[in-house]
Amino acid sequence: MLLNDEVKMLKQVPLFAGVSPAKLKLLAFTSERVSYRAGEVLFHQGDAGDAAFVLLAGRADVIVDGPTGPIKVADLEENAIVGEIAILCDVARTATIKAATPVEALRISKDNFFKLMSDFPEMTIEVVRVLANRLSQTTVELSEARSRVAALSKR
Amino acid sequence: MLDPNISRYIWTHTKRQQLWVLMIVALSMIPYFLSLNLPKQIVNGPIQGDGFADPAAVQTFMQIAFDLPILGTVTLFDGIQLDRLNTLFALSGVFLLLVIVNGLFKYYINTYKGRLGERLLRRIRFTLVDHILRFPPATFKRLKGAEISSMVKDEVEPLGGFTGDAFVAPALLGGQAIMALVFIFVQSIPLGLITAALVGVQAFIIPRMRRRLLVLGRERQLTARELAGRVSEIVDGIHTIHSYDTSNFERADISSRLGQIYKIRFDIYQWKFLVKFLNNFLASVTPFLFYSIGGYLALQGQLDIGQLVAVIGAYKDLPGPLKELIDWDQNRQDVQIKYNLVIGQFAVDGLLEPEIQAVSAERAEGKMSGPLAAVNLGVTDDTGAVGLDRVNFTLMPGETVAIIGNAGSGADILAEALARIVWPTQGQINAGSADLHSLPESISGRSITYAGTDAYFFFGTVRDNLLYGLKHAPITDRVIEGAALTQRQWERREAVWAGNPEFDIHSDWIDFEHQGAADQAALMPSVYAALDAVALTRDMFDLALRSHVNLAEHGDLAAKTVEMRRVLRDALTKADLNRLIEPFEPGTYNTEATVIENLLFGNARTPELMAGAIINNPYFLSVLKQLGLADTLFSMGTEIARNAIELFSDLPPDHPFFQQLTFMKSDDIPVYAMLLKKMDKNSSNITDSDRTMMIRLSFDYIEPRHRFGLLSSELMAQIVAFRTAFNEGLPANLKDAIEFYDPEQYMVSGTLLDNMLCGRISQKYRDGVERIYAVAGGVLRELGIYDTLLSIGLDFHIGAGGKRLTSVQRQKLALARALIRRSDYYLFNRPLSALDTRTQEQVLIAALKYLRKEGRTPAVAWVISNAKFAQLFDRVAVFERGRLVEDGSHAELLQKNGIFKELMSA
Repeated sequence: MLLNDEVKMLKQVPLFAGVSPAKLKLLAFTSERVSYRAGEVLFHQGDAGDAAFVLLAGRADVIVDGPTGPIKVADLEENAIVGEIAILCDVARTATIKAATPVEALRISKDNFFKLMSDFPEMTIEVVRVLANRLSQTTVELSEARSRVAALSKR
Repeated sequence: MLDPNISRYIWTHTKRQQLWVLMIVALSMIPYFLSLNLPKQIVNGPIQGDGFADPAAVQTFMQIAFDLPILGTVTLFDGIQLDRLNTLFALSGVFLLLVIVNGLFKYYINTYKGRLGERLLRRIRFTLVDHILRFPPATFKRLKGAEISSMVKDEVEPLGGFTGDAFVAPALLGGQAIMALVFIFVQSIPLGLITAALVGVQAFIIPRMRRRLLVLGRERQLTARELAGRVSEIVDGIHTIHSYDTSNFERADISSRLGQIYKIRFDIYQWKFLVKFLNNFLASVTPFLFYSIGGYLALQGQLDIGQLVAVIGAYKDLPGPLKELIDWDQNRQDVQIKYNLVIGQFAVDGLLEPEIQAVSAERAEGKMSGPLAAVNLGVTDDTGAVGLDRVNFTLMPGETVAIIGNAGSGADILAEALARIVWPTQGQINAGSADLHSLPESISGRSITYAGTDAYFFFGTVRDNLLYGLKHAPITDRVIEGAALTQRQWERREAVWAGNPEFDIHSDWIDFEHQGAADQAALMPSVYAALDAVALTRDMFDLALRSHVNLAEHGDLAAKTVEMRRVLRDALTKADLNRLIEPFEPGTYNTEATVIENLLFGNARTPELMAGAIINNPYFLSVLKQLGLADTLFSMGTEIARNAIELFSDLPPDHPFFQQLTFMKSDDIPVYAMLLKKMDKNSSNITDSDRTMMIRLSFDYIEPRHRFGLLSSELMAQIVAFRTAFNEGLPANLKDAIEFYDPEQYMVSGTLLDNMLCGRISQKYRDGVERIYAVAGGVLRELGIYDTLLSIGLDFHIGAGGKRLTSVQRQKLALARALIRRSDYYLFNRPLSALDTRTQEQVLIAALKYLRKEGRTPAVAWVISNAKFAQLFDRVAVFERGRLVEDGSHAELLQKNGIFKELMSA
């Protein structure tokens, strides 16, 4: 897969959808192309976050350590971005990502990501927009959940 | 202690030789005086014909006869009768003989004096270094290493030259001067008095005038010494100078010092020549008095003319020796001052007694009875700050104690005091019933092992430094014979003559048996285990893998390495990692390597074929053109340039992303942009140098990394074809310029790692190197070259003070160096402060385990930097503000709710 294909893939990622192709190409060029075989781990829960990954091909599982052992909480498909929260706010990885099939990914290092954001404010705005959307969605889900809890406890 | 008087010092150490050389000098006078008389005999006798009036006349030659008081004339040799011509030749022959004899005497005396001087110089230098080794530790706080070494090296140098003349010169010159003076007195008492008076004035005034020279000389010495100190400060502090931009402040300082030295030296010249002028004047005034006063006396009839002529003749012999005598005295005072300046620095109170450091090949085990105890120990530094305040602390044999305390708590001072690095100001340290400071270092230095935060490393390899702590005494002598033995005997003799110790630096200084090994090779496994314990093994491997190995030293390494390529690949296949390495194969394009690597398929050995220069090599270019690759690579380079400019033209030149752009520098972007514009306008006006620039861009391209999609399968095939064409047509002058990649051969020009992989690690897999390491360790063991590799790593030269290692590696190495010593007590003073907490804990546990292997139970006191480690020890001692505030087991202290608990929760 070549740089130009990677740019097309990145374009599909909501976080980068509004970023100009030239910037995406630079982002792709400065990122690493990495391959994982099925069963290999992209990163572990609790690790320090040093990079985000964009899945170019293959599928991966999101696994969280539960009290009874690891629990699979989500699936990642092509074009998914993962690990971006940890690099944006310096927290440890909140989940383990394990390749379910052979995976091709673009590894965007924390430094490069920040550098691009500071150099191209339009990209930052885009990122903020996506995160804000996610936040409002989460808030909605949270208030729904709360009202459901309240309804349950009234009963 | 050194004698403060240089003459006495020289006399004490060389009196027998001085007397001998004086005797030889006296003996040499006989042929000297004979040779003075001979020319007159030759001229008067055979040449002018004195006694040869008759052509047939003969004279007796070589008659040896003495007139003795009682026996009358004793004739030892009747002599032979020679005519005039034969007498001339015979006498000339004798003259030649005397010249030779005189020359030989001079030669002997000079070499003898030279040797005397050199031996004394050796003695002084050794004594000075010996003193440094015996200085009390506090002395070193105010010493500058470079100043001390300039004293040992340069400042004592003139002493050697002076030694030979210290007694011979005044005896010889003084004798000559007195003889001449006496002769003048015999001829005429008034003229004698005049001469004596003027000589007296000369001998009185000139040395006094020269005193200023001595003062200046002293200043010169001190300023030069300070300059040496400053220069070494610049070297040591170079990073501080760079980072604080103070280089010009340093320049100004050096310039001002050099100005000062210049001024002093110029003053010295001015005075020197003024004194010389005056001295010459006084010497010439005497003949003036002879002519005027002597002439007057002669005219008055009080002195006969013959006497006057004799006096003037005799005076000719006076100024020479006199001047040399004054010069000698000047030299003596100068040397005396230099000597005093040097020994003043070395006169330190509390020098260790020589017995404390006496060499001993005996083992120390069991000689130092336990426990190691600080009794009422107080340490105050030279500013009066209290480091330890009446501390009572006991380290029982076999126990492990954690010492905890923040900076300034005194914990580290206690460790240093127990290791004899810091001396107590009050109280004392006992080893069993004995005072630790009264024990010889051969006992305490072997029974106690200390490792601190910043250990010093000596210039040499990792191995030298690891084994350094074992070299206490020459254990076994070398078995040598022939020339080596003669050389050794000479070394030993000379060492004794110069008062140096006669230990052989080349003997075995390590007591291998005590270490539980027969020789160094047998010792290494336990050394490697220590490296494992401090987590340094991996570093050693890295060093070995990155090094160019001297194959002659490691017999079958080349063959094993080539074998390893296959074994490693098999092992990787087994671990399903076979795509991790893309091997170099002569018939295949290696996509993980650059285009130029694929073209040449080997390492350049000469600069003309190295990256950057190869594009200008005519043969290389001709083959490129011949295969049509020149055009293909040109268009490939053009595409790369377009891509690079598209990606990077918006970025400022210092942007970190340019690091990703391996084939271009940020300055190149506008140049290539211009070039592209020019090409787009009119492709016909492209010059050869433009083409070269573009082709060069293509050289560093790696498809999986840059992903511009420029490598078609035809191009790859073309490049592989180039290899064969290039190789086959290689002109004679380039025959050895390339070492080609060959899966079956060891490549001398590559590192060990290059040779093991014989390929490139794929970019695709993250941590590819780590994964290979994980597999490689087992493979190395299987092939039996694991130890060889470690050994190559240990041969790494760590540079001055170990600066080629990282601070983490240095601390680990220092700890390993301490661990391999077999002692009864181990003191560790925050030895791992540069490591992260997790590694610290891991190394600490491994180190404790290492010390307790083979049933050994040494005592360990460890100043730990994290209170959490305390639970690994039998006992915990907590320090605060110079006092021992809590002491007990981990559990006890936890219950106490004291400072320890506070530290634990911090």
